[in-house]
Order: sequence, then C-alpha cells, then structure tokens
Amino acid sequence: MSRTAENYRGYNFAYLDEQTKRMIRRAILKAIAIPGYQVPFASREMPMPYGWGTGGVQVTAAILGPSDVLKVIDQGADDTTNAVSIRQFFEKTAGVETTTETGKATVIQTRHRIPEAKLQAHQVLVYQVPIPEPLRFLEPRETETRTLHALAEYGLMHVRLYEDIARHGHIAKTYAYPVLVADRYVMDPSPIPKFDNPKMHESAALQLFGAGREKRIYAIPPHTRVVSLDFEDHPFEATKFDQPCALCGATDSYLDEVITDDRGGRMFVCSDTHHCETRRAEGHVGPLGMPVTEAAE
Amino acid sequence: MSLTGFSNPVLDQQAAFRSVMQALAEPGRIVPAGALAGGASPLGPVARAIALSLLDFEVQFHLSPGLIAAEEDITFQTGSRRAARPDEAEFAFVDLTRDALDLASFAQGTPEYPDRSTTVILKVESLAGGPAHSLAGPGIPGTRELAIPGLPADFVAQWAANAARFPLGVDLIFATREAVIGLPRSTRILTEAR
Repeated sequence: MSRTAENYRGYNFAYLDEQTKRMIRRAILKAIAIPGYQVPFASREMPMPYGWGTGGVQVTAAILGPSDVLKVIDQGADDTTNAVSIRQFFEKTAGVETTTETGKATVIQTRHRIPEAKLQAHQVLVYQVPIPEPLRFLEPRETETRTLHALAEYGLMHVRLYEDIARHGHIAKTYAYPVLVADRYVMDPSPIPKFDNPKMHESAALQLFGAGREKRIYAIPPHTRVVSLDFEDHPFEATKFDQPCALCGATDSYLDEVITDDRGGRMFVCSDTHHCETRRAEGHVGPLGMPVTEAAE
Repeated sequence: MSLTGFSNPVLDQQAAFRSVMQALAEPGRIVPAGALAGGASPLGPVARAIALSLLDFEVQFHLSPGLIAAEEDITFQTGSRRAARPDEAEFAFVDLTRDALDLASFAQGTPEYPDRSTTVILKVESLAGGPAHSLAGPGIPGTRELAIPGLPADFVAQWAANAARFPLGVDLIFATREAVIGLPRSTRILTEAR
C-alpha cells in the first residue's frame, strides 16, 4: 500500500478534481446547516456503476485528508466486495491509512449499517444512499415532494405507516425507516435496518449522506434529535432477536441469517464483523462458535 | 498588493474546508483554522483561506465596504466574481470591526431550495472574552457558550429573525487570524448577553 499515491500519477488526491470537490464541499456545508434537507449537487461519473456507492465515495473523497484513517463497511462487513473495492480505491488514489477497527477510524463509509460500537466526536460516518427521497414511492414528482418538504407536509408518510397497521397490525417497514430530523425534515436514513435508527439520535459523530445517482447530499450534525416516525398507540420499536450471535454470543447486535446446508440448517451471526471479531478475541463464545485460540489451530 | 495562493492547494483547501465543516457541525465551538493564506489581505489569513477553498467560477461573492480592496485578489485566485448585489452572492465577507451587518440583505434561500442562501464570513478580532450568549440546537449537546466580543448591538435580534426564517436564512462563519466559529441557521441564541 502506498502512503503517497505516487503510483497513481495523473490522478488528483482522492481521485476527484478540485473543482468537483469544492462543489461537493459547498453542498456538505449547506446540508449540515439544514439538518435532514436534501441538497442537490452535480454528482459525477465515478469509476464504478451507480448503485455501488458513488454518492458515498464522492462525499468521502471531498472530505478526506492525508491524516484521516478510513474504514469502509458493506452491510456491517469489512470484507465484502463493495467494502474491499472502495477501501482499495482510496488506498490507491489518496494513500490514506485504512482500518477495520471502528474506534481507530476518523471517516467511516457505510452501506446499509451503523457500526455497533458507539461512534465518537472526531468521527464522520458517510452513508451510501440509493434513494434519498423518503416520499418518492408515495409521490413520484420531484416538484411535488419539494413542495411537501417546504410545507413540512408529511401526512402522506403517516398514512403509509397507518396502512401498515391496518393491514398487518403493526408498522411492517423494517429498513429505510423514515425519521424526523431536528423536528423539521422527514429523512430517509438509507436502507439501514430500523434496528440502527436509535443510533442516529444524539450521535456524537457527524453523519453525511451521499446519493450519487439521485444527486443529493444531506446530513445530521452531531447531537441532533432524530426521531423514528410512529404513533402514540403504535410506538417505534427497534428489531429484537430471540437468539444470540452464533459465533460470539452477542445479544445486543444486528444479526444476519446464514444458510449452512440444503436441509434448512441456518445460523445467525453479527452483521458487524469487527464487533463480532472483537468479542471473540475477548473470549466470548456463541452456541455454534469455538474459542479463538482453538479455531486458529 | 501581491499575495500568493496556497503552497499546497489540494491539501490546504481540504484542511481549510474541514475546519469550516467542523465549525458548522459544532456551532459555537472554537475550531483552529486548518490552513492560512496571505496574512496581508484585508480579509485576514483565515477568511482568505476559506475564500480560496470554497470559491470558484460557479459562485459569486460580496464584500463589505471595508474589504473592497480584496476583490482583485479573490477574483484572480479563484475565478469567482463579485456579485452586483449582496443577495446574489453565495459567499459574503464582512469586516465586523469596521462595517455594519445586515443579515436580511443576503440571499435567504427559497422554501423549496433553502440551500440557495448566502454563507457569510465575518472578520472579527477575537472569538472569546465578550458578552456570553447561550446557544442551543443541532450540533450542541445541551447548550454551548458564545462570547465573541464586538458583535453589533442588534446582533441577537438579527439572529432571532434569521432563526425564525428556518429552514431559510444565512449561515455565519466568524474568522479571526487563527480560528473559526460556525453559526448555522439552525442554532438558536437562548439568552440575552450577561
């Protein structure tokens, strides 16, 4: 890994040209000043397809400096394709130090998860967002959704949640669960599981959201009120699991289902790989796991 | 007047931007400037570094009467042009030690696009030691103290009017010769000066 990106001559630091970075930086400053409001920006073509995190990559490229330590996760995991390729992209083009340790990172780019470890004041969490407009599936016209946000007219969203209750007896939305930011804008938190919604509330870290294809940037400053929409008689409830992580025994983390054979065998493991590894290194063992020292042999 | 730009434009712009980003994310906190540029400019080294970092041909700027001498330098360094009127500028630079401040004269954004507003960079002597105000809002756990000396007498009233326009309104960045304080439109001043 190069510290200086010397081997990528011809590319600017962190890939983007300076004029693009300035444009994105101006959008980020507005986004922070108006929490939850989607700032339009001139999203660029990136050397990866839309839908692979081009929005998050552009935001990361615009804020990244040589002293930053970058962590990239995809569904909580540091070792999946999307995370590995974006991490390598910035190792090559910016020469920054990368890590899988949540606590060591200053910038964390994420696809669809918030790390289990509590984020700190010096950290920035950058989300990859596919569809930034929470009202899009209720009202397809951008001109109309703009007006609805301008008037803070969010009745449509409450009707949508109420229809869930009428049909299923509870609010059935389990990911991309809409939130109200700083008592003003309804925001799509990107497709994170609703399990993660409470972590956005009063987080010590700055949270930035980038949607490349849809050309929007929005933000939640640190220590900001973030409330998941609900009803008095149907309060918001984060997903709970009825079993611990099969590997590390954690009962407080978000679990992925892993199919283990073709006869219905399955196990549930932490989606946050760093969280799981840390716990196992500390000696925690789940029902299907084995102690780390033994596993290494 | 002969002034040079950043010695390392790519990294200095990033550093200057990050300090402004941190300042707006944590309103009222004194954030050391990430980069300095050209102390001899009427803007001062921090405000000028912000100009060099965020301005280009896509935006226009406004200067208060005391800072007019900086026009040629900013245009030369950034390619940005001075706006005909303050409410046509994306960025405004105001010398609070000499010039009056009228927040309502700047672009406030529109209900559909509240981001189409002016960001005002205010040149001040110091960021602490003045009458203390209590701040609250996004980016502030509980309350935080703002004690910038030499604010205009009607600043609290002007800021209350600005906050009342939320999500419209202007965002402020106070800059001395070494540090910045951010005051985004989402921040409220809770108490009168003590």
